[in-house]
Amino acid sequence: MKRNNVKNIDLKPQTLKTLATVTALGAVLMLGACHKKAAPPPPPPPPPAASPTAAISVSPDTIQPGQSATLTWQTSNATDVSIDGIGAVQPSGSQSVNPTDSTTYHLVAKGSGGTQEASTRLTVTQPPPPTQAVTPSPTDEDLFGRNVQDVYFDYDKSNIRGDQQTSVQGDAQFLNQHPNISFTIEGHCDDRGSTEYNLALGDQRASSVKSALTGAGVNASRIKTISYGKEKPFCLEDNEACWQQNRRGHFVYQK
Amino acid sequence: MDDRHKQRQVPHFPGISAPTGARLLSALSFLILLSSVLLAPSFAQDWVRTGSGLGVEKARLAVPDFKPASADPQNAALLKTFNDTFWNDLDNSGVVELVSKSFYPLQVPGQPAEVTSNLWSAPPPNAAMLAFGNLGVAGGKVTVQGWLYDVKNTASPQILGKQYTDVPTDDATRLIAHKFADEIIFRLGGGIPGIAESKLYFVSDRSGHKEVWAMDYDGSNQHQITHQGSISLSPRISPDGSRLAFSSLTKSGWDILMFSLDLNRLISFPRFGGTNLSPAWSADGTSLAFSSSRSGDSQIYVCDASGNNLRRITAGKGPDVSPVWNRKTGAQVAFVSGSTGLPQVYTMEADGTNQQRMTDQGYAVSPGWSPNGQFLTLAWIRKYGPGEPGSSDIYLMDIASKQWVQLTHDGGRNDFPSWAPDGRHIVFQSSRSGKEEIWMMLADGTKLHQLTFTGRNTQPNWSWK
Repeated sequence: MKRNNVKNIDLKPQTLKTLATVTALGAVLMLGACHKKAAPPPPPPPPPAASPTAAISVSPDTIQPGQSATLTWQTSNATDVSIDGIGAVQPSGSQSVNPTDSTTYHLVAKGSGGTQEASTRLTVTQPPPPTQAVTPSPTDEDLFGRNVQDVYFDYDKSNIRGDQQTSVQGDAQFLNQHPNISFTIEGHCDDRGSTEYNLALGDQRASSVKSALTGAGVNASRIKTISYGKEKPFCLEDNEACWQQNRRGHFVYQK
Repeated sequence: MDDRHKQRQVPHFPGISAPTGARLLSALSFLILLSSVLLAPSFAQDWVRTGSGLGVEKARLAVPDFKPASADPQNAALLKTFNDTFWNDLDNSGVVELVSKSFYPLQVPGQPAEVTSNLWSAPPPNAAMLAFGNLGVAGGKVTVQGWLYDVKNTASPQILGKQYTDVPTDDATRLIAHKFADEIIFRLGGGIPGIAESKLYFVSDRSGHKEVWAMDYDGSNQHQITHQGSISLSPRISPDGSRLAFSSLTKSGWDILMFSLDLNRLISFPRFGGTNLSPAWSADGTSLAFSSSRSGDSQIYVCDASGNNLRRITAGKGPDVSPVWNRKTGAQVAFVSGSTGLPQVYTMEADGTNQQRMTDQGYAVSPGWSPNGQFLTLAWIRKYGPGEPGSSDIYLMDIASKQWVQLTHDGGRNDFPSWAPDGRHIVFQSSRSGKEEIWMMLADGTKLHQLTFTGRNTQPNWSWK
């Protein structure tokens, strides 16, 4: 590493002597000025009894509850200054206020020359209701998407297997609680079967889910069924995990 | 899976290697041959290369390129179209053996006067038959003259002499080649009309939606028929070639739709409700069978060609789909049922009685009924189980004996076999090239070739003539 060069500055004796001389000369000149005496001022005339002035303002002039505003006032020729609701105050000053209701601040400035008043009003507005866009309440479609579970099937089967009963019961419960929702059950198959047979099988799967729901009290008039066979797969890979994804009764909200 | 196909190949077969008697150059003998194969139970589960080349000698036909008959600038291009199409038709016909062009004499005839029979009948060509002629473009017309000679019969060699005139376009020239090829095939193929003028209807996704398309039997002239913009499947052409029934996803669900090829638009057909699939025409064109879930499970229904007089012919546990009529009698229907688990192929009378299960195991779908009424084709995954799905292959089954023979062995998923009107050819879909395409073969599994190459193409259906 290259070291930084450090410049050494030598304070030479000659330089120090010069500084001392300048300082001494300055001190002599100042002493000379102090010796010069000023003339005494004449006594001031008694002031006339001037009438007081007063002004008050608030900024901002509109707040919401919990917010504060700054009250600022100036007076002159006053000996007794007060603001209603606050009490005696300095002739001029400012103060933070945070009323919960609209308030008129009334300033009274009294002096030997009379009394002056001024006022300002601070408006307190009620907050607007929270906007809908920030936290929307969920729509039926949202609830449907969150609560209704698809039903999965075994290969070449259209009966609802044991581990899918929970989904079906949950679906029926939600749909019975939301009787205005109409929906479609799509029957899907994995792509190993033949086109025509798979469409018939998908039809049976959709019907199978429909009858499970109507059996649980869901009105059949709310339910449409359609088979897609293997025409609209959810997953395109060639393995069991993917095939299982494609063997299902899929719920679609009906707008 | 492939190991299964390699288990045993039986090189000799009593029913085939023994001379079958008359050396009939006919499709009848071909079918008799197939049935003799199918009737030999001990060989039914092996890969046997059966076929018309094994026991029956096909006519050796020499087909020198037709000669140009004019100096018109269009002549060369149309002549090439003609020669390619004509050769291809005869080569795929299954009834003749084309003599390799390398054996031909240097001087080939374009007119009868230029024929020297013994140059063709003697080795190396050793031909029995000679097809020759010329093509000329003149006066805004293309004219083809063609002859078929029996070159062993020097006294009276001419079997056929034909002249065709049409507009000088590629399409018209191909049609002339098809017509003349069919004349030859008709005479050399036992009186069964050739298929060179037949059409194939199929489903293609190349427009972005699955729509019904059509093409000539050799894969040329591919064009879109329907424009539904949804999913259209299972096109089935009427026996007279005027209407196309198919299944399509409409706003109300899967409906049978009817397209008029004469009017080039949909014509009215009833909506039955439920999921309606896989229409099938009876051979007389008066009835349609299809599957419908209008009353619950998918069942087979029959209605008039107009859609009236609907009646259900199967009942009970389904699903039942993919009906097809006996093309010979019109009195039976084959179909697919999942009533016992995996889908199997059944036959029944057209009123639903006398159901017979045809397949004993696996996953069997897509039956097709041969024009002579004797055979079914089907797509079959014989060994099927979780974790070990076999391949779907095309099989041929003799209906009376339920004996079967496997026609495809070369991988991919093979499905939707459909018979040509000559009973010699089968078209089907296969994924062997990497995606689903239409393929064609002879009914013995030979002469396999691919017809479509663009998009995914499925569910071919052969016209009735």
